Amino acid sequence: MSAALIIEQVLNGFQLGVMLFLMAAGLTLAFGVMGLINLAHGSLYMTGAFVCAWVANATGSFWTGLALGLLASAAAGAIIEILVMRRLYDRDHLDQVLATFSLILIFAEGAHWLFGSRPLYLNIPDLLDGAIALPGGGGYPVYRLAVIGVGLVVAIGLFLLITRTRLGMRIRAGESDREMIGALGVNIRTLYTLVFALGAMLAGLAGVLVGASQSVQVGMGEPVLILAFVVIVIGGIGSIKGALVASVLVGLVDTLGRAFAPSLLALALPVQAAASVGASVASILIYLLMAVVLAFRPQGLFPTHG
Amino acid sequence: MAKHRAELLVNLVIALALPAAALTAWALGESFYVSLVSRVAILALAGVGLNLALGYGGMVSFGHAAFFGLGAYAAGIFAFHAFDGTPVISWPIQIMGAASMPVGWLAAIVVAGLAALAIGAISLRTSGVYFIMITLAFAQMLYYLAVSIPTYGGADGLILYLRSGFPGLDSSDDLTFFALCYALLMLAIFITWRIAGSRFGMALRGASRNEERLAAVGISPYPIKLVAFCISAMITAVAGALFAELVGFVSPTLMAWKMSGEILIFVILGGVGRLYAPIIGAAIFILLETLIGGITDRWQFVLGLVLLGVVLFARGGVMGALTGRARHV
Amino acid sequence: MHFTKRLIGLMTGSVLLAGMAASAAQAQDDPVKIGMITTLSGGGSSLGIDIRDGFMLAVNANDGKLGGKDVDVLIEDDSRRPDKANQIADKFIQRDEVDILTGIVWSNLALAVVPKAVRDGVFYVSPNAGPSELAGRMCHENYFNVAYQNDNQHEAMGEGFNAEGFESAFLLAPNYPAGRDAIAGFKRFYEGEIAGEIFTQLGQQDYAAEIAAIRASDADSVFIFLPGGMGIAFVKQYDQAQLGLPLRGPGFSFSQDVLPAMGEAALGARNAAQWSPDLDNPANQEFVAAFEQAYGRLPSVYASQAYDAAHLIGSALEQASPDDADAFRAALEEADFDSVRGDFEFGSNHHPIQDFYLREVVEVDGVYTNRIDRKVFDDHQDAYVDECSM
Repeated sequence: MSAALIIEQVLNGFQLGVMLFLMAAGLTLAFGVMGLINLAHGSLYMTGAFVCAWVANATGSFWTGLALGLLASAAAGAIIEILVMRRLYDRDHLDQVLATFSLILIFAEGAHWLFGSRPLYLNIPDLLDGAIALPGGGGYPVYRLAVIGVGLVVAIGLFLLITRTRLGMRIRAGESDREMIGALGVNIRTLYTLVFALGAMLAGLAGVLVGASQSVQVGMGEPVLILAFVVIVIGGIGSIKGALVASVLVGLVDTLGRAFAPSLLALALPVQAAASVGASVASILIYLLMAVVLAFRPQGLFPTHG
Repeated sequence: MAKHRAELLVNLVIALALPAAALTAWALGESFYVSLVSRVAILALAGVGLNLALGYGGMVSFGHAAFFGLGAYAAGIFAFHAFDGTPVISWPIQIMGAASMPVGWLAAIVVAGLAALAIGAISLRTSGVYFIMITLAFAQMLYYLAVSIPTYGGADGLILYLRSGFPGLDSSDDLTFFALCYALLMLAIFITWRIAGSRFGMALRGASRNEERLAAVGISPYPIKLVAFCISAMITAVAGALFAELVGFVSPTLMAWKMSGEILIFVILGGVGRLYAPIIGAAIFILLETLIGGITDRWQFVLGLVLLGVVLFARGGVMGALTGRARHV
Repeated sequence: MHFTKRLIGLMTGSVLLAGMAASAAQAQDDPVKIGMITTLSGGGSSLGIDIRDGFMLAVNANDGKLGGKDVDVLIEDDSRRPDKANQIADKFIQRDEVDILTGIVWSNLALAVVPKAVRDGVFYVSPNAGPSELAGRMCHENYFNVAYQNDNQHEAMGEGFNAEGFESAFLLAPNYPAGRDAIAGFKRFYEGEIAGEIFTQLGQQDYAAEIAAIRASDADSVFIFLPGGMGIAFVKQYDQAQLGLPLRGPGFSFSQDVLPAMGEAALGARNAAQWSPDLDNPANQEFVAAFEQAYGRLPSVYASQAYDAAHLIGSALEQASPDDADAFRAALEEADFDSVRGDFEFGSNHHPIQDFYLREVVEVDGVYTNRIDRKVFDDHQDAYVDECSM
């Protein structure tokens, strides 16, 4: 096990974490500001990827696809906020769960209808193709570094948005007291639509970035949605800072578990069994992490009022 | 009082509708529809289990598929070892397999009860949206374990060659099997009713509404909720065991998160916190699935629209529409 | 689709009823009912759709007849859920009284349906899934697999590695029964060293950790069994990582349903299958042309298997009615039809004995597809036939 391999795996874990943060940010914002639990967040992720792939195939340009993918997921977010979510803010979480569960079914079959049943083609832009050398040998894909970069930029952008801008101020006000912000004369409906669309766009961004290096297919949003849930539960629901820390933590634990659990187990077990058992252990590590965190901090690492 | 009588009447109609449907199908020689009604009864039973936690204890569990699946596996594993002639466990005591339904049910109850104790102990430290997501995540963890552990088939699942027996009855007969499912369903509804009317039930409802007030009168809500959660899981697990006998097959997909969503749907569609609601919910769901599924491959799209319509415009589910808002939640 | 068919069937039926007094004569002319359970919605539906389309291509080409007899194909979506597949099978068998079942894509669904269905006296013709249980100790006289036994393509790939002279292979498969069978099947024939083997999580999409492990090993070649979206994700990331090691896998990993989504990242990847669109025989040329004409896309290996399944059923219907189970079974066993694979016969466990080819992903006129590189196995039979008591 060389140092280069460990560096590479840590980078991989970091990249997965950054990806999860893009998903978790929207979820945690929707909860923090509107008190909404949104299972259909994965569908918005899928929307971004599908529209980007479709446009990129039609126009030959990844960047046009990216722009329209972001636009489409933000628009889809705004539309479902206006048509559905708005009616759910003062309902209990149960109604929100069922309504957004229904949206998953509608989005999944809708995507089938519009885009066909075969997975779509979406590749990374030529600009980001290639690998750079890591210290200690081996190369690392430029694209993955770019994803880490984008994720960090978004994270910084979100912090600035929330701490330094008027919109951010309203979001923070909305988090702490919903009635007060209405009394201040802020148009709360527009604010909610904006926040939801912003979260949707971040999910769409994650979908595009992931779609380019994974597969663009119906159902792609579901596994990542559950991971994002684990992230925001660990981080503390409603906390952007918590989401960021927990994303990176989950990304690292998951990746390093997959990478090293089998070889660690191989010290104690036959190689064949270690490969199989190691894979099983790796697949539940993040859930164990969640259980441990919650056993000590039931409100997550960075509790909010929620 | 009139409202109360309306609910009693509706409950009676629902309770009698299932055996009526099963007997009609049986008289017409349509054995498929007999097993379809059994399926409704079983899924309703799973819903009755969840309803205890959800409707009476205010615990929105998005992970009840885990208990449904564990129950199915418990029954399946006992039947598998009976067929194989091998022990289920040989240490610390040896337990042989048994192709007998009561044994399967007991195994389901014990396994799910222990799992619920562990999951509940951690999850109930949290509340609200945390609880929803944690139960979901734990169920997902069990799902991945079931997929990857090869002993009982992994993702391929486990085949039960023959339906397990029930002393004195021919359980392989479709109508007899329905009668067993129905009897357990009614028993579970009876148990829920007794619990709801007991001191424990009052404390449980108190815990779901106002924990502080309950604590103020010297009752700690945590153990009450935990016990209710475990009973709820055990009922759902029995449904899982029956489901395994119905389809002759157990697989990890029974624990997948969509199954948790469906059990929730049975309860919500019928009406949260209503005794008989899960029967209506399960019946409507199966009906929709069978009818629309026969017409279009896009049945999930239609199902999604219907569910969305119910949440947005028909609060309180079907029972709510028939008899007014629920008294509990 | 089957609604119009049912309607036509119903109309024909009423005409017959009016015209003929003898009900016995009418029974003779009832269409043969075939129930198709396959995955048409959700993840993996492209495989089910190819199976449906391949099967119906054969039926429609003969004006709704197979082997000269009217057939009524009932099609339902299983959503890739074993319990649902099981429910549909019950409905088809008990309510619709089908004679033959077919269509299931996935092994776990087949295991949920087949043992019970064949016990009920229905014939099952598998157009894809071929789990080892059904080829071995749970084989049944009414179960026929027209596709392959699950291990076959992996075995052929193991032999292919020998033929290409690889000596240090890295193996990757999901941690579920089919994945473990894949690795076992590969090793059954591969003679070189194993540089490493990793079982990934089923449905995994990010393979950075695994690719790093491959890079760190001293492998000279990589074998993957990652069906569907997992394969698409892996192949793209593998290409992006620029490892430069030859990538190989079974035919499902580089089938026509995933190739367009992999794009140029899959170019040059070799894979083993019993069929290829360029296989040179008249039945295949007709099939590929007709499929493209009818659906506007190239057929996948799944479509080819379903097309063969329909023709196999047709060849048996020509000789006997499913009501005469023994005669119909004997007719199926003969497998007297023009397979798109050329040579085709059944072993004693009702699984194919057939040739396997090493194929290579190429680009022809902007379309990614497979071309045959060489033949690896002649008349290959599965490893479980001895466990079957038939």
